Amino acid sequence: MSESEDKKIDRRKFLARGAKAALSIAAASIIAKTLYDKTGPSGEPETGLVSLPDFSVPAKDGQVISVVKGSDRIQTVDKAIDSLGGIERFVKPGDVVVIKPNVAFTTAPGLGATTNPNLVAEVVRLCYTRGQAKTVYVTDNPINDAESCFALSGVGKAAAQAGAKVILPKDRFFKKTTLKGGKLIKNWPILYEPLAKANKIIGIAPVKNHSRAGASMTMKNWYGLLGGRRNVFHQDINLTITELAMLVRPTLVILDGTEVMMTNGPTGGSFSDLRRKDTMIASCDQVAADAFGCTLLDMKIDDLAYLSMAEKAGVGKTDYQSLKPANL
Amino acid sequence: MRIVTARRISQVFFFALFIWLCIVTAVGDKFWQLRHWPVNLFLSLDPLVAIGTILTTQTLYWHLLLALATIILTIILGRFFCSWVCPFGSIHHFVGYLGKRSKPAGQRIKLNRYRKAQGIKYFVLAFLLAGAAFPSISATLQTGLLDPIPLVSRSVNLVLLPIADKPFALLAVTQRLYELAGLIFAVFAAAVLLNLFIPRFYCRFVCPLGALFGVVSRFAIWRIGKNKQACTGCKFCEQHCEGGCEPATTIKIAECVLCFNCRDDCKKMDDCISYQTVASRAGEHTNPDISRRGFILSVASGVLAVPAIRLAGKVGKGWYYKVVRPPGALAEAEFLKRCIKCGQCIKVCPTNVLQPAGIEGGIEGLWTPILNNRIGTSGCQYNCVACGSVCPTSAIRAISLDEKMGKGKFASKGPIKLGTAFVDRNRCLPCSMNKPCIVCEENCPVSPKAIYTAETFNAVRNGRLTVKKAVGSTSLTTGVNTIETAENGLPVDKYGTGDYYCIVEGLSGQMRHPEGEQRWKIRSNTENTILCEGKFETVPAEGAKVIIQVRLQRPLVDIERCIGCGVCEHECPVSGLKAIRISAEGESRSYDRQLLL
Repeated sequence: MSESEDKKIDRRKFLARGAKAALSIAAASIIAKTLYDKTGPSGEPETGLVSLPDFSVPAKDGQVISVVKGSDRIQTVDKAIDSLGGIERFVKPGDVVVIKPNVAFTTAPGLGATTNPNLVAEVVRLCYTRGQAKTVYVTDNPINDAESCFALSGVGKAAAQAGAKVILPKDRFFKKTTLKGGKLIKNWPILYEPLAKANKIIGIAPVKNHSRAGASMTMKNWYGLLGGRRNVFHQDINLTITELAMLVRPTLVILDGTEVMMTNGPTGGSFSDLRRKDTMIASCDQVAADAFGCTLLDMKIDDLAYLSMAEKAGVGKTDYQSLKPANL
Repeated sequence: MRIVTARRISQVFFFALFIWLCIVTAVGDKFWQLRHWPVNLFLSLDPLVAIGTILTTQTLYWHLLLALATIILTIILGRFFCSWVCPFGSIHHFVGYLGKRSKPAGQRIKLNRYRKAQGIKYFVLAFLLAGAAFPSISATLQTGLLDPIPLVSRSVNLVLLPIADKPFALLAVTQRLYELAGLIFAVFAAAVLLNLFIPRFYCRFVCPLGALFGVVSRFAIWRIGKNKQACTGCKFCEQHCEGGCEPATTIKIAECVLCFNCRDDCKKMDDCISYQTVASRAGEHTNPDISRRGFILSVASGVLAVPAIRLAGKVGKGWYYKVVRPPGALAEAEFLKRCIKCGQCIKVCPTNVLQPAGIEGGIEGLWTPILNNRIGTSGCQYNCVACGSVCPTSAIRAISLDEKMGKGKFASKGPIKLGTAFVDRNRCLPCSMNKPCIVCEENCPVSPKAIYTAETFNAVRNGRLTVKKAVGSTSLTTGVNTIETAENGLPVDKYGTGDYYCIVEGLSGQMRHPEGEQRWKIRSNTENTILCEGKFETVPAEGAKVIIQVRLQRPLVDIERCIGCGVCEHECPVSGLKAIRISAEGESRSYDRQLLL
């Protein structure tokens, strides 16, 4: 505005301009007051933590674990679950079930590094037909590329054909959790999205040799729910597996010892790494399942430190024989 | 139907087709993922790709035969590709339209006048092709830097689609990351925004493919021109002229992009412009308007630039160890003769490990594919050959899984190695931090594993303690021994994780794990007692020294088995500078980078 125009300003204009100026000053001050932060950022805040409910159901007639021999996974898993009271015992009409197979690697189904797709499909089918589940989700956060793992392991297709919804681990599906009484799982992202919708969770894992942990079975399978830079947990793998078993209290675990990966685990990659053991385990107690599983790998319970650590933490029993496994 | 309407339909159709083909350049079993979609259609239609690789390799790779159709059609019709097919041209066309639509006709006509600088694109073409044309000196294919089809392919694939997909995660489960996406985007954005300054800026001044079409279209049978000599000279025909080819006066055929706007605009006025087999009644310039001196200078610069760049030695002795190429990639010099930086391999890679390179492999390697195992969802996926199967120029050969893994008839050759994993023992947790880890070995996908371990037992810090009282177990097998220490203040239960053991100094003669040394696994500890498994043959006396050890498995690489896939590097928890890294030594594709005898 030029000087000559400035001189022409009348009272009305002056007042209007003064009012606008006052409003602007007030607005700026209010914004400053509202956003005023005296302390500054506090590092990573532990907010929005989620926690997992107890998904377990009590065993029927004290029958916690069953072990079935046979080479046909469909038959053995049906029988194993029936021995615990049938799938109806675990999945009620209208339930939302998460099935957590081990889909860690981009290997073909026959190589045993991932959960057998037909086994996953059979459990999905049982949940729907006899359990009358509303929805069955199948999910995992694999080590190799997620989409490729679900495709190449055959689990994605088999689960989808059986009617399950396959949930791939998108970044936004992870939420942070802290295990109560835990030392390691603190403020750590887990694959929460499918778990949040579910009221039952069933873990299905193959029996595999594992160089760091000794063996990878149903307890180690929960590692696939972790996100973030989870490989740092290998520094203390036994406590990590113990805490995972404390974190996830499953409805049911199924341990597939039909073909056991004896060497070169957990990736395998060759048929020569596998040995037929023709065993299927279904259990409400993941510690007992894994304790039995380690015998299939010709290991002793003491060889897997996490078993006794989990027992000490009250997750389950290592002395599976005292639980009198059905059919054994 | 007006011909410009037909043109617009064609542009929209080809643009949509192009975007669709970008989307389907993905591995998977859904209908929109790589299932015989002609994902290289536009690159195959691009004669600059074909001519460039013909100059460097003296062969026409079969993927590129379609370019002959484009050349033939251009000879008959003129530069139809620019205004009817080219997706990059359509973007310029549209943005240019946005920029000039509110301007008065007079100003539009001014914007669309011919400029001498439109000759620059011919110099760009001459420079790039000259650099490719003399393999006996040294040839490199750099047309992809500015060739519009590779340029728009990598811009859409590596920048625009990942941005568009970010909120939805429909195309990729994990957010795709691309190094140098910013630079790719900057070039793309600059090219697009320049349309607001002068419409079709890129097409008129820069585009080497347009220049090539300009040269070829001098023979065009049909061409735009005046059908009568007398015209009112209203210049209305130039207000929407895309090529800046001056149809109002003596038309410059090499600049005409066949948008047909002049004909459409003139219809309302004089109706004196048509698409015809005879020369324009007002005369025409068929040759590009460039000086001989400029042309010679461009060719000479191109010929000399390549050996100048090669003085850096990046293709030979000075090769950079991080330039790890995808499986099936040709040896570096041959690779650079074919790679057009289109980014198809990088887009299709299911693990996102393939990245557009910077200049670490030399200036000529900009935006060529290299592996970065830190980015992405995994290293190079063991059973995947997607990159080679989409490469339009065979810079990466279309290998089979058998060839990649060294199976079947390739058994005698062994698997394709991308490089070799090297353990950085300064950073490795079990090697230098006394921490168990061995994630690398665990994830090695080769069977038997290319990473194996050496077991050692290392004394922990402040772990030499004095026995106050020891109680041996009575049971032979599962007994628990108790050692009470004189020291008080052990971290409670720190040693009970299954990774810690103790030995008693002097009990078995030696401290450092000889065969048969007595070592007990620690089950738990308090501030001053250690519980350990096993059986003491001799109960340690008071005052004896007990040493706490951590069991470590240290990684060793079996260089004859390692394929350089980088899964170990990807999984290594030392996430900044990884403690195991792939270096290109030993890569199968080059003879001079072999490491083994």
